Amino acid sequence: MVPTWHYLMLAAALFTIGVIGVLTRRNFIIILMSLELILNAVNINLVAFSRQLGDVSGQVFAIFIITVAAAEAAVGLGILIALFRNHETVNADEVDLLKG
Amino acid sequence: MPEGFLQLVWLVPLLPALSALVMLLLGSRLPKAVISWLCCGTVFGSFLVSAGAFLELLRLPAEERVFEISLFTWIPALPLQLNSGAAGVFEVAWGYLVDPLSAVMILVVTGVGFLIHVYSVGYMAHEGGYYRYFGYLNLFMFMMLTLVLANNFLLLFVGWEGVGLCSYLLIGFWFRKKSAADAGKKAFIVNRVGDAGFLLGIFLLATTFGTLSFAGVNTALAGGQFGVGDAAIVAICGLLFLGACGKSAQIPLYVWLPDAMEGPTPVSALIHAATMVTAGVYMVARANGLYQLAPSILAVVALVGAVTAIFAASMGMVQNDIKRVLAYSTISQLGYMFLACGMGAFAVGVFHLSTHAYFKALLFLGSGAVIHALSGEQDIRKMGGLWAKLPVTAKTFAVGALAIAGIPPLAGFFSKDEILWRTFANDVGHGAPLPFILWGVATLTAVMTAFYMFRLVFLTFFGNSRMEPEVEHHVHEAPRSMTVPLMILAGLSVVGGWVGIPALLGQPLGIPNAFEHFLEPVFKAPPTVTLAAIEHSHLAEGLLMLLSIVLAAFGIWVAYRFYVEKPEIPEGLARNYRGLHTLVYNKYYVDELYDRVFVEGPVLGKGMGRALGRFDSSVVDGIGVDGSAWLTRFTSKVSIWWDTWIVDGAVNLLAAIVWTLNLPARSLQSGLVQRYAFWMAGGVALFLLYFVQRNWHLLLGSQ
Repeated sequence: MVPTWHYLMLAAALFTIGVIGVLTRRNFIIILMSLELILNAVNINLVAFSRQLGDVSGQVFAIFIITVAAAEAAVGLGILIALFRNHETVNADEVDLLKG
Repeated sequence: MPEGFLQLVWLVPLLPALSALVMLLLGSRLPKAVISWLCCGTVFGSFLVSAGAFLELLRLPAEERVFEISLFTWIPALPLQLNSGAAGVFEVAWGYLVDPLSAVMILVVTGVGFLIHVYSVGYMAHEGGYYRYFGYLNLFMFMMLTLVLANNFLLLFVGWEGVGLCSYLLIGFWFRKKSAADAGKKAFIVNRVGDAGFLLGIFLLATTFGTLSFAGVNTALAGGQFGVGDAAIVAICGLLFLGACGKSAQIPLYVWLPDAMEGPTPVSALIHAATMVTAGVYMVARANGLYQLAPSILAVVALVGAVTAIFAASMGMVQNDIKRVLAYSTISQLGYMFLACGMGAFAVGVFHLSTHAYFKALLFLGSGAVIHALSGEQDIRKMGGLWAKLPVTAKTFAVGALAIAGIPPLAGFFSKDEILWRTFANDVGHGAPLPFILWGVATLTAVMTAFYMFRLVFLTFFGNSRMEPEVEHHVHEAPRSMTVPLMILAGLSVVGGWVGIPALLGQPLGIPNAFEHFLEPVFKAPPTVTLAAIEHSHLAEGLLMLLSIVLAAFGIWVAYRFYVEKPEIPEGLARNYRGLHTLVYNKYYVDELYDRVFVEGPVLGKGMGRALGRFDSSVVDGIGVDGSAWLTRFTSKVSIWWDTWIVDGAVNLLAAIVWTLNLPARSLQSGLVQRYAFWMAGGVALFLLYFVQRNWHLLLGSQ
């Protein structure tokens, strides 16, 4: 049986890749994909602890997160399309209207 | 208090002013018929009011024949330091004065003016600018009536300048013709010289008397504070006479009048013969109280008048332009009027003014009819034989010529003979030889007048036709609108003198000298003037009268002999006395002399102009204008430097300091979502690190 900390290491690696992807990539699509990685790293943690503790509520949470991630992807892509229509870009560096 | 027309006298100048306004604002849109009726109608209205006022004045007792109406205060009271040292108040009203003198003048101006308006309807029928012509003509009537009705010198000056302006506009009516435009400018500029004197005279009047109203000046003179030969009065009279010389074309300022013939002929008749040019005579007569206190100036007036009379008559004898002959004749007759004034016979001067207005207007209008008939030809050498072709024009012209020549009982005889007699009689007491010389000159002028007028008549209407065939083909008598005024003026030229029949002829028949008697109150001498009681011999007066008739007839006979019987005589004379003829024919080269001295001259003409130009460009422009511009630029440069580096600099420095200080904070807020996320993630990582480090033993313990 695979020990739990292997799963935790895999999840930590996935989470780190996701964070670095969100912070460094400029294409919004890649950023959204990196966010999926972060969410799935959490899912792996939840499922791993659920197996170790023998409690299925962790797996139920994972199902919830997958659902929310699907919704979040839809909203994110919607924003992306609105952004492209207005600015003709999907590059995060070129969208800096938040500055004062 | 007089009632009726005298109260309405303000209408006399106002009516033509209104139609002038309508003409000059809307005239171009009105049909010719409306223009003709409106302009002639308003002048006729003025004539009716004038005639009414005149009759009302006649009904009053002689000493009450003064009516003054003040319409409004024109120049409100200003403090004025008088020459005597007293403090005065200077105030001028816009007021009209009707007394025998101005009543005669408005009657002549509106009467002759109306006839000339009617004549113009026919004469100008085929000309462009019909409304402009009548607008100017009515404006002229307004100004001339303001001039003669004014109750003070300043308002008189307004009219004086106004008629000068209208004269300029009408001389240059055909402004596309260079000679007409030049003649207008010449008239205006020559008049400026005289007007400068007039204006100075008015200033001196104001500071001497503290008032400019005729009544005020006369009251001061009647008070007896000014003796005969008072220096201020002499100076005033001299300066006023300079103005009169300009307006009434006397030596040395007569040169503009012959050139003024460039204007339409009715204009020459109205402005440059009958009315405007007599304004100088009117002004001298109006200021008679002053002149009677300055006998030296009176002598100058008489001398200038007589010399101008003979000088102009001599030039009139050889001119070939029908209008120019009449122009020199006008100058000559104006000289007669000044001679009369200079001999103290102001009433006679005004009498000649009125008779001259009739027959000279008639002669000008007659010449206009001839020019009209001959398609614009003005040279008498190219006329002749028109008596039968232009019956009305020829007969009325002959009447005018007889009148001006001094053939009794026509108008000119009475007025001119009276001038000659008064010159000879010398009531005013000029020094011994002067009156006799003046009388001789004036008598000689009378012969010359008869000669040049009948030279004109014979060359124009008698003998063989010398017209161009093309012109001769079109000869036609003038329309009724032109011939009717001619006939009325011819009638006036016959009877116009009967109001002033001298006592010598009138007394036996029981006819008084109504004209002189009527004007007497206006020309009362100030109390300080004592007239020498000179016994006049009726025999001498009768002999002189006979002599002047004989001389006039002689002048006509010479003209007949020269230009009808033996045309070779004048040609022979011109050949034998070539030098003299050339000199007179070229108007004594006075125009050339003035041109050389005042236009091209090194001192008074272009030389002075250039010197003034240099002064203007180097001193006024160079130092004054350019200097102040340089100073302004310099100070504004300093101001710009201060503004840029000190005022703006302080603001910019503060901004730079703030900018530098907030550099870190600014770099945080990049607007880039990822950078914000980086800071968030970095912060979370730091917290995590701190937390892990604090609880390291727990982690180790769980292992």
